[in-house]
Amino acid sequence: MSDAIPIGAPQRTQPIGLVVTAISSVRQLIFPLFAGIFALRDTFSGFWLIAIPAVAVIAITFGFAYLAWLRRTFIVGEEDIRVESGIVSRTAASVPYERIQDVSLEQELLPRLFGLVSVKFETGAGGAEEIKLKYLTAAQGEHLRDVVRDQRAEETAAQSALAASAGGADGAPQVIIEEPATTLFTMGPARLITNGLFQFSLAVFAVLFGLLSQFDNFLPVDIWDVDFWVDGVSDQTEQLEGLGIVGQAFGVLSALGMLIVLGFATGIAQVFAREWGFHLEKTARGFRRRRGLFTKTDVVMPTHRVQAVKLGTRWLRYRFGWHGLKFVSLASDFAGSSHVVAPFAKRAETDPIIRAAGFEPPSDALDWHRASQRSHFDGAFIDAMVFVIIAVPVAIFAPFGFIAIPIGLGILSAFANLYSWTFRRHAVDGQYIYSTEGLLSPAAQIASQVKLHSVEVSQGPIAQHRGYATLNLGLAGGSFAITGIPTDRAFALRDEITASIAKTDFSRINAG
Amino acid sequence: MDHTQTETGTDAPLQAADAPQTSIDLAGQDDELTRLHPNHVKALRLSAIITCIPFLIGALVGEVAAIFPWPGVILGPVAVLAMFIILRLPMRRHMARGYQMGDDRLRVISGIWWRSDTVVPFGRVQHIDVEAGPIERFYGIATMTLHTAGSHNASVHLPGLEEELARSMREDIRQHIKRDTI
Repeated sequence: MSDAIPIGAPQRTQPIGLVVTAISSVRQLIFPLFAGIFALRDTFSGFWLIAIPAVAVIAITFGFAYLAWLRRTFIVGEEDIRVESGIVSRTAASVPYERIQDVSLEQELLPRLFGLVSVKFETGAGGAEEIKLKYLTAAQGEHLRDVVRDQRAEETAAQSALAASAGGADGAPQVIIEEPATTLFTMGPARLITNGLFQFSLAVFAVLFGLLSQFDNFLPVDIWDVDFWVDGVSDQTEQLEGLGIVGQAFGVLSALGMLIVLGFATGIAQVFAREWGFHLEKTARGFRRRRGLFTKTDVVMPTHRVQAVKLGTRWLRYRFGWHGLKFVSLASDFAGSSHVVAPFAKRAETDPIIRAAGFEPPSDALDWHRASQRSHFDGAFIDAMVFVIIAVPVAIFAPFGFIAIPIGLGILSAFANLYSWTFRRHAVDGQYIYSTEGLLSPAAQIASQVKLHSVEVSQGPIAQHRGYATLNLGLAGGSFAITGIPTDRAFALRDEITASIAKTDFSRINAG
Repeated sequence: MDHTQTETGTDAPLQAADAPQTSIDLAGQDDELTRLHPNHVKALRLSAIITCIPFLIGALVGEVAAIFPWPGVILGPVAVLAMFIILRLPMRRHMARGYQMGDDRLRVISGIWWRSDTVVPFGRVQHIDVEAGPIERFYGIATMTLHTAGSHNASVHLPGLEEELARSMREDIRQHIKRDTI
């Protein structure tokens, strides 16, 4: 099997991919099959009743998969990639190379066993509009990615040659210097375990419970029968009473310990499955991220397509100095809307990544401005009023002392809100816009002024009277709003940002 | 004109330069804002009338059916509200709106309670629509929509432009995009 894909000739995806498709569709049939066999296990003709339709369904599924495979071709052309598909109604899609944001390779567990990848061409259209090729060999995927990279490089070379043609040295082939890939961030097993410890989760119980309710027919007892539980528990209680107070305490403690161990184990398992072998590097074509234990993904995104950078954390891991870093771009990640480039890292590790993307990490040297105190007071007041409103029915219906709960919570919320004012800051430095907020888990967002598309100053009725406004920035692929800043400050920022946007045309900001 | 704006766009001394501005104001930054065409009010009124008719008919039916023993108890308030929506509101909405066509950007202001003041630089415009519904066509006005690639404010609408003006504005912006790209 040749790994190079000829230019201009229609190609089919890998035939072995059919096996993968067939196996995954049969996998969906397994549970109904078992259920059927179980239900009809006593009748003599039961086996045939199940076997014949099952074989028919499998044959039909495979037949359709084969037809779909036969009728799906892709052409790697001079200027674009074209995919034609559809058994009866045909669809032809074409993506010009210069519109491809990045090429992602994804390997789920099953295709991986066959050495196959699915290739996704990100255009920024999002979701179902993206062109996906299922499945190619891993080498073909790599090759396709190189083709796209080379086409793009040729284009930029042609453009710069055009610009430099006044010098007379046209026709000279532009040599693209291949920078060696530099590793920016990796996560070893130790880091994965640390990350997993902060990912404490009791989701496993939800799954167990879901499975139980799914398969309660197969269980020897009826779990929905109250008597079964009451009997069980009273049996247990009798036994427990026999153990005495020390034994009971020991029982409770060991149960709690079990819960905690399970919670940590689940978290670690989740992190291992998702982030195993996390490797972020900077190559000539942009950022390349590989990760995944069962489903391996390999994403390349061009540096100049990064629209903004998001630095986030959670309240507990923040106390230990852990942060997460995401890139906002028009393309979407497999699960989320932004690309995770460092899920669990210290600031000393994230800052070089931010710089590599052409952004500057927030520092204290910046000219930070705080939100309007009035807006903050109003926000805290409104939040506290919610508790006051809750307090009214409590005062009427609940016993006397209970009124203290909502009132206390209201006061607490007001103080927390007012204190968090210290953390709501924003800054501009002529090139970037920074915004941070959050009391327990501070989050920061950094956007490049030039890469914004519009700027809006908006005010609600309260804000109009109190003299503050929200600055909404038109960011491609994400949202960026600076809320509750003094109105004249909002206008000043708007003028500054629009001035720098207007200097550069949109077609040039992506030229890199 | 936009260069003066650029100069005021530096950081700290800004607030001291002018008197502090507390709300989005049509005469806010500079008084070169253009009001929308007067026919915009008429178009708003006509659509307000169309919206109000079913409610007025409903109120009239209620009145005739005499649900309450007192005459005018349904029709009265509904009619007063309709008068407000038809006569007062379109004028207020019209007065709240305005735009400013700069050398390289368009500024659009709208909203009575929820004020919004948006600037779209021409260099970021993806495509431009000029559309006119039946009512707008009757009054010879049109709505211009600028589409950008940003997720927020993906399309900025500017209603109530004279049709000719809308087309020429579209041409102006289009020329600008073309010139910038080449």
